[in-house]
Amino acid sequence: MIRENSNVILSVRNLTAEVEGTPILNGVNLEVKAGEIHAIMGRNGSGKSTLSKVLAGHPDYKVTEGEIIFQGENILEMEPDERSLKGMFLAFQYPLEIPGVSTLDFLRVAYNSQRKQQGLEEMDAFDFEDLVEEKLELVKMDPSFLERSLNEGFSGGEKKRNEILQMALLEPALGILDETDSGLDIDALKIVANGVNQLAKPDNATVMITHYQRILNYVEPDYVHVMRDGRIVTSGGKELAQELEERGYEWIEEEAVSEVSAQ
Amino acid sequence: MNAQTSFSSKEIQAASSDQYLNGLLKQCQGQAVALQDSETATWLQQVRDHASSSLAQSSMPTKRDEEWRFTDLSPLMQHDFQADGEASVAPSTVEGLTLPEASTTRLVFVNGVYSHQLSDVTDLPKGVYVGNLSCMSAAHTYRLQNYLAQQEGSEELFTALNTASLTDAAVIWAAPNQIVETPIHLLFLSVPGETPTLSQPRALVVAHTSASLEVIEQYTSLSESENRPNTGELPARQGELPARPYLTNAVTEIWAEENAQVTHTRVQQESQQGFHIGKSAITQSRDSRYTCNAISFGARLSRHNLDVFCHGSQSDTNLNGLTVIRGEQLSDTHSAIAYTTPHCTSDQLHKCIIDDRAHAVFNGKVFVPKAAQLTNAAQLNRNLLLSPKAHVNTKPQLQITADNVQCSHGATVSQLEADELFYLRSRGLNESDARNLLIDAFAAEMLQRIPTPSLRKTLSASLREGRGQKAEGRG
Ligand SMILES: Nc1ncnc2c1ncn2[C@@H]1O[C@H](COP(=O)(O)OP(=O)(O)OP(=O)(O)O)[C@@H](O)[C@H]1O
Ligand SMILES: [Mg+2]
Repeated sequence: MIRENSNVILSVRNLTAEVEGTPILNGVNLEVKAGEIHAIMGRNGSGKSTLSKVLAGHPDYKVTEGEIIFQGENILEMEPDERSLKGMFLAFQYPLEIPGVSTLDFLRVAYNSQRKQQGLEEMDAFDFEDLVEEKLELVKMDPSFLERSLNEGFSGGEKKRNEILQMALLEPALGILDETDSGLDIDALKIVANGVNQLAKPDNATVMITHYQRILNYVEPDYVHVMRDGRIVTSGGKELAQELEERGYEWIEEEAVSEVSAQ
Repeated sequence: MNAQTSFSSKEIQAASSDQYLNGLLKQCQGQAVALQDSETATWLQQVRDHASSSLAQSSMPTKRDEEWRFTDLSPLMQHDFQADGEASVAPSTVEGLTLPEASTTRLVFVNGVYSHQLSDVTDLPKGVYVGNLSCMSAAHTYRLQNYLAQQEGSEELFTALNTASLTDAAVIWAAPNQIVETPIHLLFLSVPGETPTLSQPRALVVAHTSASLEVIEQYTSLSESENRPNTGELPARQGELPARPYLTNAVTEIWAEENAQVTHTRVQQESQQGFHIGKSAITQSRDSRYTCNAISFGARLSRHNLDVFCHGSQSDTNLNGLTVIRGEQLSDTHSAIAYTTPHCTSDQLHKCIIDDRAHAVFNGKVFVPKAAQLTNAAQLNRNLLLSPKAHVNTKPQLQITADNVQCSHGATVSQLEADELFYLRSRGLNESDARNLLIDAFAAEMLQRIPTPSLRKTLSASLREGRGQKAEGRG
């Protein structure tokens, strides 16, 4: 929800980044305030995941220009875990399978890392299990998942729900969801959307990266941005998504091209 | 006394031309066989003599020997090991090393010598003998002649060296149809003395037809400071005093007779200055099941020779291995499974976690001759390198002449995945927590296979402790 005086949570200015010398982000500008839900759309390879990984601090990407101000602080020099502890959360497009690490143990270690940061005592195994079981409700996951290795053998939908579960536990200031909606059947989509809606609060913000307009029927964005060639070329309200659905990306690309040539 | 005399006469013959080996061999010739049954004693003396003389033609292996290509024994050969390692250990010092699951099924050897005081076999399950060779009653010892030092491969140099000094042994003897529920713990402690100590422990495990048992064979050391009599202070951990070099040359023979089941957990946690050469020789009869969980954390230089001879169809063999080394450690595992009959299965997974400048060696042979049709054998060696200087030499050696078999083998060498680390760190785990979680996960697959809960727990703890020490050392 857009509100006049709410705090700026994330401010990305002229962000350029490369991987092994190849530029991928070419000057991204984005401002996200508390209470808002943003959608970022764009064709395959337009740089959406790269933007999310650069925000979260993936070591493979080198920021060559610009800045990322998160909660009032430039986080470019911060490690991924420092960013996480500061309230950033990235739901991965492809959550990793980690054999041998039980989902429950992983969730507990992550949760307790955050408590330590906040100067709180670590939560013991019993209390933690109660907490997780409560959060499981939100994503309609069976408690038996907790005993299994992290994401190992999970279906696509189960992996995505597991990401939302982690977000529910960590209660981030900024949740970036990289295609958490793609590849889901309608029931799973509704579960994920419902989770996102429940977690959205006036003091946090959500950035949803998506290919499809479909999820926006369930989660109403305040802003829709379109990415192309590593930058945001158009922004608008939720009606932009509708337009994209009807007209495809071509008209934006044409406009963007004429814009660039006009410069 | 007789045995002693007959032995001395052979001593002259049994001198090796290799000076170093000759020195070790001399160390073997000190003690006489002391058995309750003189006939068996005479027999055993002959076995020893035979082993001694077989060594006369041998010399210490070098890197030119195919079997020792990657393992250089020269650090070991810098020391003059002496077999006079009498040491007394207070029962309170070993409390932390005993297993609650095996509190009355424990044999303890100190520097290869049986310790009555530290052992506890007061409540043995019915139908099983657990004890040392020299205490075995005369009525039973004669039956040993079919088993003790009778495995194939006994002419291998270090095995023969152990046999040449064989005066006593840990013996586990399960009668037919006995299901022994309690694990049996063989604890071999090294207490290095002023001069580098040589210990040559020996164990014999026989599971007769349809018997079932679980044995835990553990090698560890007490530093001098740990072995101080109780002064009221907490025992100091290893590494406080510079640890002393010592050599353990161990041989364990296991017989799984028809339809028997043996679960064997072997833990090698020698000190960082220790040298460890160990042989596990297993003969499986038809329909038998054998599982080995070999854990190797310790020693400056270690070698495990694991030989399984399958003589009878439908035998099932599971070999699980976990090597975790750092610093300058070298750990070498050479395994071999030999089939002679059809319809047998084996499954082997050996994992190594290698840090710093440590070096792991894995060589896994599987012999499937024509007579062994329908063998189903899988082998996999997975290595995790934690530092750029860490390295591994891995070599599967399948020799298959049968044409209707299912055999697979593979080896992988990997590092911690950057993407996995990123995933964990993006959830707030710092770098070392994230690394530890992934390393523990790699090891957990093997540790979970150890059936004794308390051992599983202490091993995972000592894994973490080892990394903790390392982190401090670095910091
Ligand atoms: N680590 C990398 N190494 C090389 N090229 C990369 C790397 N990461 C991204 N790229 C390239 O950068 C471009 C943008 O990729 P990115 O994954 O950010 O796109 P995306 O918009 O998320 O696409 P999709 O919709 O398919 O998820 C692509 O051309 C991709 O091949
Ligand atoms: Mg993407």
